[in-house]
Amino acid sequence: MLTKKPMRKLARPFVTALVLSAAILSMPARSWAAEGHAAVEKANNDISNTASLQRGARNFVNYCMGCHSARYVRYNRLGADLGLSDQQVIDNLMFNGERPSDTMKVAMPVDAAKRWFGTAPPDLSLMSRARGPDHIYAFLKSFYIDPSRPTGVNNLVLPGTAMPHVLWKLQGYQQAKYEGQSDADHSAVHKKFTGFELVEKGTLTPQEYDQFVRDTVNFLDYIGEPMQLERRNLGMRVLGFLLVFFLFAYFLKKEYWKDVK
Amino acid sequence: MSAEAEQVDGARRHFLLVATTVTGLVGVGMTAVPFLASWKPSARAQALGAPVDADISKIEPGAIMKVMWRGQAIYIVRRTAEMIATLTTPAVKNGLRDPESGESEQPSYAKNDVRSLKPEFLVLIGVCTHLGCAPLDRFQPADAELGATWPGGFYCPCHGSKFDLAGRVFKDVPAPLNLRVPPYRYVNDGLLQIGADTEAA
Amino acid sequence: MSAKMPDSTARPGRMSALMGWIDARLPVTRAIKEHATEYYAPKNFNFWYYFGSLAALVLVLQIVTGIFLTMNYKPSATEAFASVEYIMRDVEWGWLIRYMHSTGASAFFIVIYLHMFRGLMYGSHKNPRELVWIFGMLIYLCLMAEAFMGYLLPWGNMSYWGAQVIVSLFGAIPGIGESLVEWIRGDYYISDITLNRFFALHVVALPIALIFLVIAHILALHEVGSNNPDGVEIKKVKGPDGHPVDGIPFHPYYTVKDLVGIVVFAAIFCCVLFFAPTMGGYFLEHANFEPANALQTPEHIAPVWYFTPFYAILRAVPNKLVGVALMGIAVVAFFFVPWLDRSKVKSIRYRGWLYKAFLFSFVVSFLALGYLGLQPATTTYTNAARIFGAVYFAFFVLMPWYTKADQTKPVPERVTYNAH
Repeated sequence: MLTKKPMRKLARPFVTALVLSAAILSMPARSWAAEGHAAVEKANNDISNTASLQRGARNFVNYCMGCHSARYVRYNRLGADLGLSDQQVIDNLMFNGERPSDTMKVAMPVDAAKRWFGTAPPDLSLMSRARGPDHIYAFLKSFYIDPSRPTGVNNLVLPGTAMPHVLWKLQGYQQAKYEGQSDADHSAVHKKFTGFELVEKGTLTPQEYDQFVRDTVNFLDYIGEPMQLERRNLGMRVLGFLLVFFLFAYFLKKEYWKDVK
Repeated sequence: MSAEAEQVDGARRHFLLVATTVTGLVGVGMTAVPFLASWKPSARAQALGAPVDADISKIEPGAIMKVMWRGQAIYIVRRTAEMIATLTTPAVKNGLRDPESGESEQPSYAKNDVRSLKPEFLVLIGVCTHLGCAPLDRFQPADAELGATWPGGFYCPCHGSKFDLAGRVFKDVPAPLNLRVPPYRYVNDGLLQIGADTEAA
Repeated sequence: MSAKMPDSTARPGRMSALMGWIDARLPVTRAIKEHATEYYAPKNFNFWYYFGSLAALVLVLQIVTGIFLTMNYKPSATEAFASVEYIMRDVEWGWLIRYMHSTGASAFFIVIYLHMFRGLMYGSHKNPRELVWIFGMLIYLCLMAEAFMGYLLPWGNMSYWGAQVIVSLFGAIPGIGESLVEWIRGDYYISDITLNRFFALHVVALPIALIFLVIAHILALHEVGSNNPDGVEIKKVKGPDGHPVDGIPFHPYYTVKDLVGIVVFAAIFCCVLFFAPTMGGYFLEHANFEPANALQTPEHIAPVWYFTPFYAILRAVPNKLVGVALMGIAVVAFFFVPWLDRSKVKSIRYRGWLYKAFLFSFVVSFLALGYLGLQPATTTYTNAARIFGAVYFAFFVLMPWYTKADQTKPVPERVTYNAH
């Protein structure tokens, strides 16, 4: 069946397909729409880690949902995916008397938010798909003291952000260090950033805070596309089926093409 | 080319054709599943169709309250003792098409003469079992329009169907079945939840 | 030699009586014979001949998934974005249907570009197949419009700004430009009104046009018969039975072969669908996961990858009107290929080195322009786009010369075929 001649015939299209696939797959992923300082550290989150997602969910409702909604996420879906019962979701993640089938909305009215912050805090359901988990991870770790800002802080990843350092109690406060410059100088854009220095400790150690942020980013990654794991799972099974189908179809073709001389 | 290669191996051809066709049909079937399943009520529909709370603590005796559940009107009637008494009189029961609610749709706890969990409160789906109009409440007995023997109940204005104070349909009217009772439960004495069953979780 | 189909003509009586009744009123059996069981196609079709049937498959896929998306999508500026997330999260299997449609859009263009390349390689545009080529090019134009309008529908930030940029290109036309843009938009800016009309065109008008054009394309092809990798007209040599000796009935031989092609395509398609539906931001762009925001433009606006070669040409020209014109010519030039190509020989197998060199450079420049269209417009990239743009146009402009001047090889009477 698979004699030398047909193998040679297959070679050209096969090689073309291989080269095309290699070309496509080696093309760099579209750059995330990151502004300012590009994310260097990777979040390296794993959405199959349910414990991490549960911690991330807890972090999200306790620290983010004061201002940020996740309007496309339903509590009961969250519960089902994270292995929590409806009652556990109500007890731990729902504070405003909503029902499990409701979506994660926030009470802050949009116009009030615009007045207070200058811009409404964006909904976070899709933030991880729009900016990338690495970007959010870097963002949450890049707040630094800046007395010229109304919130007292600035952010290296999103300079001029209106968001206060919500997690200051956990992380503490850090200062941005620049090459050869004192921190009183705010034209940071022209100076070379060399790193952060923690000047006021928070309740978490830097490693604990890092884990906190990773869990939160993991959760945001999950809510961006809740069916990721199911999608990949199904994919494996579909490819398995197609392999079987391919074998039958291929040998059927060979059988009929024996007629063609 | 050998003589053997000239001959068509019919059996092999047939087997491969059948195998490929069957696998193909299975594939088509599997592909159809997501499309057909996408027609099931979505998570949003299920959320909107979630059980509805009804505060019954303020209903006057003999009065009716209406709420919406899954796009349907739900009638909640706080029955007086006189109203409940009519439900077991022979005069009424003999005039009913299905007095024991054998054919109509209701949860098991509403398959009784009062057609409800507790006699005081009647919960019905306010949709006439004839062609779907909303029956009107005619709780006063001996109504001018409905006659001296009218015990009180529901009257459908579209084609004249009549139901008693438990939603049971009378004989000789167009509607074939008793008014439906939705699943419901008591959260507490003053609060009903329509759409959630008493027994089920 | 024709194959013996197992058992489909057995059972005389009811089945054939029914078919007789139908055939007397609608020529079903005749159509099946003309277009499948007695349509004799060259036996030497190779890898490049899968893409026609694959294109038809993808068209069906897009229509079916599109219909199901339309069942839940809301074509209004306030609801569109949320309705897409509703499909992704709340509708059972909605995410799969959505991803099939988005992957299908990109797959359509990959298949079509390879299908068109086959044509250029084997001279499928040449006499007597000019009309097949013209219908094909009309399909390509409709497809580009269809994809462009479809992209506005999710009402993401890239949808909005991409539409804004492309629609405003029409403003370059002198005199009528501004009114034309306003007329296309139906409003003074890309708005809910624009969205709704693009929806109507994308869901109804263009699919209907595409279906008619595809039918015309196939009928025109069947009228003259398919070309083949050797560019030999198989109808010239007929056997004692009146059929081309180098031809085989499309059914069962090519139905069975195309089935294998379909399964392999499905496997590749499913790899993308299930494991990389966004394809790193090329098939589903990151900026489109943010709702349309008239006050904030994405970092760099680029059209989806399948338009970028033409976008690169547009940006390479410093003058807006000339850029728009050249971009249009870059697409329209394809229509003229049957008449620009003055070679006596159809297939690249028998052409000289000139055609091979120009075709190769054309492909390289098309890919290079595609890459450049995705990048920000730096000076280096713009200059590169100018060079590759020149090569791209040279393919068409110089074609009458190099196809005539080329040293061709003698074309055989019979196709070259090795049993497989």
